[in-house]
Amino acid sequence: MRGLLLRLVFVLALPALLVAVWWVSSAGSEDVYWPPLGTILESFPDVWTGERWRGDVLPSVLRLTTGWVLAAVAGVALGTLIGSYRRVRAVCEPVLEFLRAVPPPVLVPVIMLFAGIGDTMKVVVIASGCVWPVLLNTVEGVRAVDAVMTETARSYGITGAARLKDVVLPAAGPQIFAGLRQALSIGIILMVISEMFAASNGLGFTIVQFQRSFAIPDMWTGILLLGLLGFVLSVLFRWAERRALGWYHGLRTAARRSR
Amino acid sequence: MRGANAALGAAGLAAFLALGEAVPRLGLVGEDHFPPTSRIAEALGAEVTDGAFWTALGDTLTGWALGLAIAVGAGIVVGVLVSVVPYLREATASTIEFLRPIPSVALIPLAVLLYGTELGSVLLLVVYAAFWQVLIQVLYGVQDVDPVAEETARSYGLGAWARIRYVLWPTALPYVMTGVRLAAAVALILAVTAELVIGAPGLGARIAVAQTSQAVPEMYALIVVTGLLGLLINVGARTVERRALAWHQSVRGEVAV
Amino acid sequence: MLDVRGLRKVYEGSGRRTEAVRDLTFTVAAGELVCLVGPSGCGKTTLLKCVGGLLEPTAGEVFLAGRKVDGPPPGMAFVFQEYGRSLFPWMRVGQNVELPLKQKDLSRSRRRELVADALASVGLADAAGAYPWQLSGGMQQRVAIARALAYEPEVLLMDEPFAAVDAQTRADLEDLVRRLWRERGITVLFVTHDIDEAVYLGERVIVLSASPTVVREQLKVDLPDERDQLTTRVAPRFAELRTHVYEQIQAAKRGAGPVRKDTPPPR
Repeated sequence: MRGLLLRLVFVLALPALLVAVWWVSSAGSEDVYWPPLGTILESFPDVWTGERWRGDVLPSVLRLTTGWVLAAVAGVALGTLIGSYRRVRAVCEPVLEFLRAVPPPVLVPVIMLFAGIGDTMKVVVIASGCVWPVLLNTVEGVRAVDAVMTETARSYGITGAARLKDVVLPAAGPQIFAGLRQALSIGIILMVISEMFAASNGLGFTIVQFQRSFAIPDMWTGILLLGLLGFVLSVLFRWAERRALGWYHGLRTAARRSR
Repeated sequence: MRGANAALGAAGLAAFLALGEAVPRLGLVGEDHFPPTSRIAEALGAEVTDGAFWTALGDTLTGWALGLAIAVGAGIVVGVLVSVVPYLREATASTIEFLRPIPSVALIPLAVLLYGTELGSVLLLVVYAAFWQVLIQVLYGVQDVDPVAEETARSYGLGAWARIRYVLWPTALPYVMTGVRLAAAVALILAVTAELVIGAPGLGARIAVAQTSQAVPEMYALIVVTGLLGLLINVGARTVERRALAWHQSVRGEVAV
Repeated sequence: MLDVRGLRKVYEGSGRRTEAVRDLTFTVAAGELVCLVGPSGCGKTTLLKCVGGLLEPTAGEVFLAGRKVDGPPPGMAFVFQEYGRSLFPWMRVGQNVELPLKQKDLSRSRRRELVADALASVGLADAAGAYPWQLSGGMQQRVAIARALAYEPEVLLMDEPFAAVDAQTRADLEDLVRRLWRERGITVLFVTHDIDEAVYLGERVIVLSASPTVVREQLKVDLPDERDQLTTRVAPRFAELRTHVYEQIQAAKRGAGPVRKDTPPPR
């Protein structure tokens, strides 16, 4: 009981302190750019009404998830293919290294040429930025499947689809998830800036509108909401990862203990 | 074996470039959307003879390097401090977990208001994004310190500073290097983003100008430059990492965070 | 049951040729337990992988029940030395044992039955729901053995399966293999570098030369069928046999020419 209480103190103390400091130091602030935290929080429910959630937040989140899922599927499929064949890998490696190194935001103007400024453009931008970490991590994970595991599968006649589903993909799982996680943070960046560039709705669009019309407290609520979105997505992702890779965390803990 | 791989890689690269030439030439996509490789190469040639291009490149590199340096310095100092001061690790865990996933592009409007198109805007975004990469790796690295080594150091009466210098730092170094490598890549992304979206001078701003003036081949040429820059940074960071850790017996795997 | 004829394996890589196995010919009768011993680095694993169809021999052939082996045959099961890497850490023990059976055309209930039976006979009936990495090394190797048993192979190939477990566990596992072999009547080809283990387990011991490998001697182990760690290992005949094998291995290491003797040494 006391342990639990102590943990709760550890979890909450610093955030509470930081919020309090922000609150106190900004209270009665005359600086236009740093409105009092009280004002920001007060305007939050006024700004983020049901209509805004439907009209701006939901479209943003849908674009992000669609793009991310597309990238995940394409990245894992292509990565498995490339990772499975040494020669294919050798052929593709330099090109992939280059494409990965291109900072994803510069894709926005290019894809606008092809896909206009609609939802398709945003989804394609997000997908084409997210795909590289997934792809390259999958290649690496598939390539590095343990030799003994591969031979075990072979000796028991586990081939084809069963080999992929039961051996190769689970073995590459930790790497794939690391890639998916990187992809998620890139996806959020791309979601925001593709909406800042050209859009008529969405979180990025709305926040820039607030900034341009000098609705500073409203802009701050948008920043807070974006931060919250990033946090919630990361919590959801970690929850999914824990479920899918429970064995991996257990294995690592077991290995660490026996060290 | 290695020679054969390099040959295959070169073939792949050649095929990629040839495809880039053939697809628009055959009319599969419009040339005004997707200029052929030769046209992009031409535009690239024109860029490198233009002084303004080199200024832009210098601006981008300045923002990148300065932001990265600040983030690495702050990440290491904060990471070590949080790890060695009793209870600080536990007390900061929830805050770090909350702040880390906040996308740094959320700060774009704030950066615009505070710094406009000056270097400060770039630095704000770069430092915020790169800082967490370093900090997290430092925390992992310090966690990895062998308790036996720590006890040994204590039993020989080494002070706090000596323990950091001789026990903690060598253990954490491989992780720090990983953090720096990850941060270097992220810093470039955010530097270009800030230039592209906010308009701070640099390659990103040049891309935005090329886009609005419909100079499509130039835009592609600049994108190729950012890609090459990214490649150079990745390869460079990996080389530095390998050099710096040549003494280390194990080439450590990256911590998946 | 198993017929190895003129097997040869040469590795070719970046300008270097390594002849791992030169010329191996031997047979294993149905229901026999044969141990292969040789000096370290003599290509035992290469040989076993060729027999199991995991490696393509450079020359020579392997026949399983009269049929040529080209690729892993369905009638063979392999137990590897590295149990930690041979079991799939993302599957529970029961799923690990069941996985190969899914490739066979078996009903679900039959699969369940085979898994339960195999786990019970290695003494791990309760561990089906655990993950492999939650078990000790010896238990993990039992799971690998159970997986092989459930596969119902005609021939069981074991590649130094107990090299990575501690001495006491090892003795238990040796007795387990003896018991399973007698109960189930499977043919076992057991590779080891441990001379005592080879003599204790085998009906026959095939002594290999140093690499490039040939058969140095085939020795019939005329110990009683009932063996146990206490009495068998101190029996004078056991000592004679192990001394004989030991001398052969030492001679092989020195590179002395093979003395093909297919009879046991005089008592």
